Amino acid sequence: MGTTALESFKFCTRLTLTEVTGRKASNIGELLEGIKAADDAVIYHHTHRFIKQSHHLVPEGANDFAYWVTNTVQADRLGEELTSIDIVRYNSLADIRNAFVKMLERHIEENPGPMRTVAPGREFHFMRAIRFSLPTECSAKDYASFIECLKNVSVSSLYLHVFEARLRPPYGVDDFSHWFKTNFNDEKVEQELSRLDPYSYTLESLRQRIIRIIERRLTEARNV
Amino acid sequence: MSKIDEYIPAAGRSAIEELKIIAARLKGKTILNVNSTAVGGGVAEILNRMLPMMTELGIKPRWELIKGGEDFYAVTKKFHNALHGTRQELTPADFQLYRDTLKVNLETLNLDADIALIHDPQPAGLIDKKPAGAKWVWRCHIDLSNRQADVWDFLHGYVSRYDAAVISAPSFSQALPIKQFQVPPSIDPLADKNKELAAEEIAEIMGRLNIPVDKPLITQVSRFDRLKDPLGVIEAFKKIQPYVTARLLLVGGSADDDPEGSQVLAEVRAAAEGDPDIIVLCLPPTSNIEINAIQRASAIILQKSLKEGFGLTVSEALWKGKPVIAGAVGGIPLQITHKYSGILTRTIDGTAYWMKRLLHEPAYAKKLGENGREHVRENFLLTRHLRDYLLLALYLESGKQDFIHL
Repeated sequence: MGTTALESFKFCTRLTLTEVTGRKASNIGELLEGIKAADDAVIYHHTHRFIKQSHHLVPEGANDFAYWVTNTVQADRLGEELTSIDIVRYNSLADIRNAFVKMLERHIEENPGPMRTVAPGREFHFMRAIRFSLPTECSAKDYASFIECLKNVSVSSLYLHVFEARLRPPYGVDDFSHWFKTNFNDEKVEQELSRLDPYSYTLESLRQRIIRIIERRLTEARNV
Repeated sequence: MSKIDEYIPAAGRSAIEELKIIAARLKGKTILNVNSTAVGGGVAEILNRMLPMMTELGIKPRWELIKGGEDFYAVTKKFHNALHGTRQELTPADFQLYRDTLKVNLETLNLDADIALIHDPQPAGLIDKKPAGAKWVWRCHIDLSNRQADVWDFLHGYVSRYDAAVISAPSFSQALPIKQFQVPPSIDPLADKNKELAAEEIAEIMGRLNIPVDKPLITQVSRFDRLKDPLGVIEAFKKIQPYVTARLLLVGGSADDDPEGSQVLAEVRAAAEGDPDIIVLCLPPTSNIEINAIQRASAIILQKSLKEGFGLTVSEALWKGKPVIAGAVGGIPLQITHKYSGILTRTIDGTAYWMKRLLHEPAYAKKLGENGREHVRENFLLTRHLRDYLLLALYLESGKQDFIHL
């Protein structure tokens, strides 16, 4: 395990602007049609942005679709299934969309009767996320400065590097693990970070967890 | 300390740094705001606080006011009510008066700017003189979900020529040929209504207002208006009185200049009569610190609205870390996630049930309040509002890409 990185880790952050598409769904069938027609910006809004916006809440209803189906349509079983779709497991927004489509199609096939239509005003509104990525002033070259940065960056930055990073090359890998692996050949940190699950922590507690993992490695290195 | 850095304790250091990074990309750009009033009303309140922040960030904000006679404002008031869903009779002469007034304004107003935010219907017609190359946004603060067709059709002719429209909630959107963005309103954490208060200051104000604090207070702060359902609040409270030790406090304006409000206030007083644990309090409209102290001294805050625009009073209450029970109407569900950051109800019985439950489960009530405050910190502070406007300006300036690297 080296002490200084070949390449500094430059923390960035993600901000979004919400576009209203005007498309609405009043029942499960319309939700399915809307998801089928949705582009990446729509899928991102209702999955990734949802986690970030609700990060301080108990992580239940892990995406907007599941939240609406559970709380408004009150289709508990389907809501539970949609909640269980692990969006960080997928390497593209298209794959995430297909997972929702598949689940909704199966539900409709298994439940061919009339669909419950929600009351006016309680429809699902399809939105798009316009994404902005910004550099921050935080940059790390070793374990200690990485921890310092982690303490100061926003939860948006944390989210971008830990979860959204998996949607771009190298696919399925978070930025932190990748940096520790390529710069310090630290497979232990890589493994621990790559196991983190957004549904088990709020982003603030996730921040503390990552700090603890890296602090522990720093202590181990000093004791060697 | 610069004004913008004063927001760090409320919004967080990273939120302010993000603002500075975004603003650096808009340095030197002129952002024009046009509305109908410099004081009074939510738009003027926000602009008065937001524009100095823009200046500090290196942007050149400008603010113009549309001018018109009483007859013009009578027409635009009708527009406003019609868009809100209250039926109005508009004549061809009313629409012509609007056109004529806008024509005069087009000759006198300086509309030169890189980006313009045109607020609400009154100045919407200024689009006729949009300078070449400028980006214009129609900023609608009104809930259009029940809008009257003739007024909307008239405005549609103007609005559809803008580069984008901004609405406060997705349910307010209308069919338009331009892109629409959601930018919810916000509260200012440094304003008298929301700023932190010391315990001694709260105690002094409660003493001055003669509000006893020996029992937990359940409070609703709102106009004496049927749509805020103050009588429903009293009914709900009476249902739980046999089981709880608490006091209900209804705070509103004096309603002197509002005949319907006076009537509602009289009914509220009659319903509360003889019950020492129900207090009805009228405060002047400038009582911002008093409202702040009352909210901070309360155990539970209600906003039992039957109809609501955005209902930003909910965010004001949540910002004080209080558990809020509110009607699931208008923009309130955007501010409260039921059972996580507050409670949404639809009936008097539901309101009564949750008041009782939160009084009996203070740890859960506390958690709701904490979650609510964090939700407001992330989503409903003035700094987020400014950030959204700046992001929109960047989006329009950079050729409307879905993905923008700064």
